[in-house]
Amino acid sequence: MIHARDLVKRFGELVAVDGIDLDVRRGEAFGFLGPNGAGKSSTMRMIGCVSPVSGGMLRILGLDPATDGPAIRARLGVVPQQDTLDFELTVRENVLIYGRYFGLSRRELRPRIEELLDFVQLTERAGDKVEPLSGGMKRRLTIARSLVNDPDLLLLDEPTTGLDPQARHVVWDRLFRLKQRGKTFVVTTHYMDEAEQLCDRLVVMDRGKIVAEGSPWELIQRYSTREVVELRFEGEGPQNGKLDGVAERVEELPDRVLLYTADGDATAAAVGTRGLPAHSTLVRRSTLEDVFLHLTGRTLVD
Amino acid sequence: MDGVLQPLRAYEHWLAQYKRVWRGTVGTSLINPILYLTALGVGLGTIVDRTQNTPGGVPYLDFVAPGLLAAAAMQTAATESSWPVMAAIKWSRVYHGMIATPLTERDAFVGHQLFVVTRVLVSAAAYLVVIAAFGAVSSWTALLVVPVAVLIGTAFSMPMAAISASVERDNSFVTIFRFLIVPMFLFSGTFFPVSQLPYALELVAYATPLWHGVELCRMLTLGEVDAAAALGHVAYLAAWATVGFELARRAYRKRLLG
Repeated sequence: MIHARDLVKRFGELVAVDGIDLDVRRGEAFGFLGPNGAGKSSTMRMIGCVSPVSGGMLRILGLDPATDGPAIRARLGVVPQQDTLDFELTVRENVLIYGRYFGLSRRELRPRIEELLDFVQLTERAGDKVEPLSGGMKRRLTIARSLVNDPDLLLLDEPTTGLDPQARHVVWDRLFRLKQRGKTFVVTTHYMDEAEQLCDRLVVMDRGKIVAEGSPWELIQRYSTREVVELRFEGEGPQNGKLDGVAERVEELPDRVLLYTADGDATAAAVGTRGLPAHSTLVRRSTLEDVFLHLTGRTLVD
Repeated sequence: MDGVLQPLRAYEHWLAQYKRVWRGTVGTSLINPILYLTALGVGLGTIVDRTQNTPGGVPYLDFVAPGLLAAAAMQTAATESSWPVMAAIKWSRVYHGMIATPLTERDAFVGHQLFVVTRVLVSAAAYLVVIAAFGAVSSWTALLVVPVAVLIGTAFSMPMAAISASVERDNSFVTIFRFLIVPMFLFSGTFFPVSQLPYALELVAYATPLWHGVELCRMLTLGEVDAAAALGHVAYLAAWATVGFELARRAYRKRLLG
């Protein structure tokens, strides 16, 4: 569905995407994970054929965006990072007009719109203007709109950024159903839970490059340990060296110490025998977040 | 084929929006001419006519009415291609929605301009009806002021769209309206012949597209058409529209395809 080799995007001097290779297969849920400014959105815009490629090779659905942009876009569904809804129009009209951009007739659109609004649970608001809808409803409307042409490939750029937890879960639920129906989609996100829930395979991007690739589970295995022990100390933490060797990797943060280990309980017990009185000890499974922070660092990007 | 159909699909978007507000704008399109023609044509005109020295030797109402129509075409076109264009790029981001589909940035631009033309056409037709009702039309050639108003509109809306797609902030529009559009409205032969102006300013007035539009409309409503001059005016306005179209097309491309 997507095939890229040494793909580059430059904005003047700035290299936003710095030579990435990608292959997304039919039916796959593929994720781009990375901090702000990593090049995720620039990559998405190139895939969406609204941003010319600066270098390398890109094929979408077997076609070249430089020459077949409109033909490719006719088969894409796009959920952009910022909504592009028309606030003056009603919910239903927004889907209708968007469907008209694809050259679909009003007659074929009419039943499809009702179906899509039902899918995103907006049937009751069909006749209402978009302006007063909540953020979650607007996102769902954008998703409904992106499905109006029954796309072969769905591109979702940070689909749940800025939504409250309930709204996020509703969106995830809908996306999960699309996945079950076999839709191919590409998601960018900086939420680890989103990536773990939705993606079969993902890449971690940092400063325009792909720094890791695999399924969420593979990445955790490769770049982290099975479990993590989080220790908090009263006042000063333990002196340098006291925790050496207690775990595979020890990371000291201002407010806590993280111990990366295969067996969390054993490690926590070992800390106890060294006579280090932790204020609180939490043993948890490793998550994508650990992988992500390990790969892209803890320094604030912007 | 797509080059024709696709802009029409973008145009549908603006029509769908317009459907909600058209009654209000048609009302304004009728009330504004009535107010202007009453105040200037009838009120001021009665005093001017008493001097027995009216411009062109016609009643002042007949002189000023086509000027007002031309100026209204300019204002409608410039307004519709300023804030709405910036909104579609930056605020509602409607253009970004369009170009995510088979539509191109050119379709988004052309579709929007078709709508601007529609607005100019409707308000010019309304203006002409009011002028006729005031008895200020002397010839059937007056019917041609509607297409001429469309031409005047494009001579302003195309360059304006180019500016709107290039600037970052909407206070540029306030500057443009204050220092270009309003002075043009006042000094491009709308209310008095530009020969009344100091010579240097008279030359400036000849360079404004509005003066050419006013002259054309006036010929047509008075029924005194000088074919050679008319062709010159049409060519000058068409040049503004053509150059503006090309600049706007490039500005849209640069702005929407990053």
